Amino acid sequence: MNPESRLPALAARALSWLGPTPLSRRKALWGLALIAPNTLGLFFFFGIPVLMAFSTSVQEWNAIKPPHFVGLDNFERLISDDKFAQALTNTLKLIGLTVPLEVLLALGVAVLLNLPLRGRNLLRTAYFLPVVTSTVAASVVWTSILQPRYGIVSRLLEPVGLGETKWLVEPGLVLIPIAAVAIWQRLGFDMIIFLAGLQSIPGVLYEAAVIDGAGRWERFRHVTLPMLSPTTFLVMVLAIINAFQIFDQVYIMTLRTVPGGVGGSATTLTYYLYRRAFTHSEFGYASAIALVLFALILAVTAFQLTVQRYWVYYESEEG
Amino acid sequence: MRLTLRRRAATAHDLPVPIVLLVYAILLAGALIMILPFLWMASTACKPPVELNKVPVTFLPENPVCGENLGLLYDTSPHFNRYLLNSAIVTIGRTLGQLVTCSLAAYGFARFKFPGRGLIFALCLALLMVPFQAILIPEFMLIRKLGWLNTFRALIVPGTFSAFALFLLRQAFLQIPVEIEEAAIIDGANPLRVLWYVTLPLSAPALAAFAVITVQAAWNDFLYPLVVSNSPDTRVVTIGIALLQGERRTPYNLLMMGSFLATVPMLVLFTALQRYFIAGIAMGGVKR
Repeated sequence: MNPESRLPALAARALSWLGPTPLSRRKALWGLALIAPNTLGLFFFFGIPVLMAFSTSVQEWNAIKPPHFVGLDNFERLISDDKFAQALTNTLKLIGLTVPLEVLLALGVAVLLNLPLRGRNLLRTAYFLPVVTSTVAASVVWTSILQPRYGIVSRLLEPVGLGETKWLVEPGLVLIPIAAVAIWQRLGFDMIIFLAGLQSIPGVLYEAAVIDGAGRWERFRHVTLPMLSPTTFLVMVLAIINAFQIFDQVYIMTLRTVPGGVGGSATTLTYYLYRRAFTHSEFGYASAIALVLFALILAVTAFQLTVQRYWVYYESEEG
Repeated sequence: MRLTLRRRAATAHDLPVPIVLLVYAILLAGALIMILPFLWMASTACKPPVELNKVPVTFLPENPVCGENLGLLYDTSPHFNRYLLNSAIVTIGRTLGQLVTCSLAAYGFARFKFPGRGLIFALCLALLMVPFQAILIPEFMLIRKLGWLNTFRALIVPGTFSAFALFLLRQAFLQIPVEIEEAAIIDGANPLRVLWYVTLPLSAPALAAFAVITVQAAWNDFLYPLVVSNSPDTRVVTIGIALLQGERRTPYNLLMMGSFLATVPMLVLFTALQRYFIAGIAMGGVKR
């Protein structure tokens, strides 16, 4: 006799929802129990804030009045805010300064470090060390390296008369050192992903190319690059997302002179939203900036996903 | 025939010597740029004040004063050791927490069928798309509402849940043949025992990747602690360094000494785990 027949209809329905047999139900309960802690934690600490981000962005917060609903006022204010436009421009400039160079350098280093060279593990480690270093410590060190007159960079540039260049003060220059530190810290990460991609290219393809009489460059051009394109795509998507979020470098490298750069010349979107929220207590307005940042990242990623079919080669299209 | 061809294709012994030398020159020059800031940090940390503003710049300290500078750092920032300890507490707390919650969840998603599995997993992955900055403000408001500002709870608890670690570990678990686990199940082990004694030990490379990524992210975290913790008791080392940097008169030798102390643990950890780590990244990051 089946003990479940005595249960009320609702409980029986719930049970059959879990699975058709007692064993499958037990497995389903185990599965739910196993995923519960992480899923609930993610929902509480990250899911709820995502929802709150929307509600906060349509409220006005300041130190004086309690928060109240203001519709899309915060977003309207964004349009006429010159400082926001400047932060957006700076962020886009930083993406332009970092992403292409970072991806090309990482690809080049990965290809060379994929050759069977003596000591390549040591070299790989050297290229990866900046990745595990904190951005804060790295930015402090680079601030010191870039000091006018007393830093290494000025020593190296002395012969060409640039020894006194104030890299972190000149509004036209400050994004360059920030981009340089970002590239320095990302290169090893991109390189590892490229190495993994290179190692997953089947050797048979190179054998076939050799039989067809392809030289080294042709093998790189017609085997390596197309086979690596899904990896290149992944690296580019991650690099752009990362460049959108540059904050630590700006915060640390401009802290000794003018925070955020002279006239806001180093202020990125993230830095601007941080200042609006935590210096001016404008949580509503800052949340609107955060949502724009998020929307931009989503839009750029979606755009990349759409255009990838024109240049990314997937070996198995059956999936 | 096949074998010889494969060897030809797979090795660089047929590269002309000048090319090999050129490759080494390029790689070494690049590696020098990657390493130089670390050398500059170590060298500056041991310079006496007079050598900081020397023209032309000296690369090595002429009269190294490492010990004295260490003492001076603690004069300038008396709680610096406390900050290092706080960072260690936060890092260990988050890493162990994630190891528990994420390996359980990854095992659940990888090996058990239950209603809503696809949807819940997709929602978890969707969180990966959300940049942390986008939810920084509501996260702060949530922590404040909980009354957790300036507590270790704020620094640790939200960090014990992770969509990224869930994804990484699930990928690793899926690559283990089910048959190996089934042998243990037939022997009467419950899922927790199977996970602990069979699945986790077989996932060592992924666990090393998980450890390096989680530990370095927690140790190097800056923006979140900057927002939720502003008391010396719970201040982490990245904030400690930022305070030194902000204090205009902190000379560079002390700043570099502080950065050095904050950097060394990560360099040691990574160097120790790097072999597994690179294998783990290759597995979780690219292969789908």
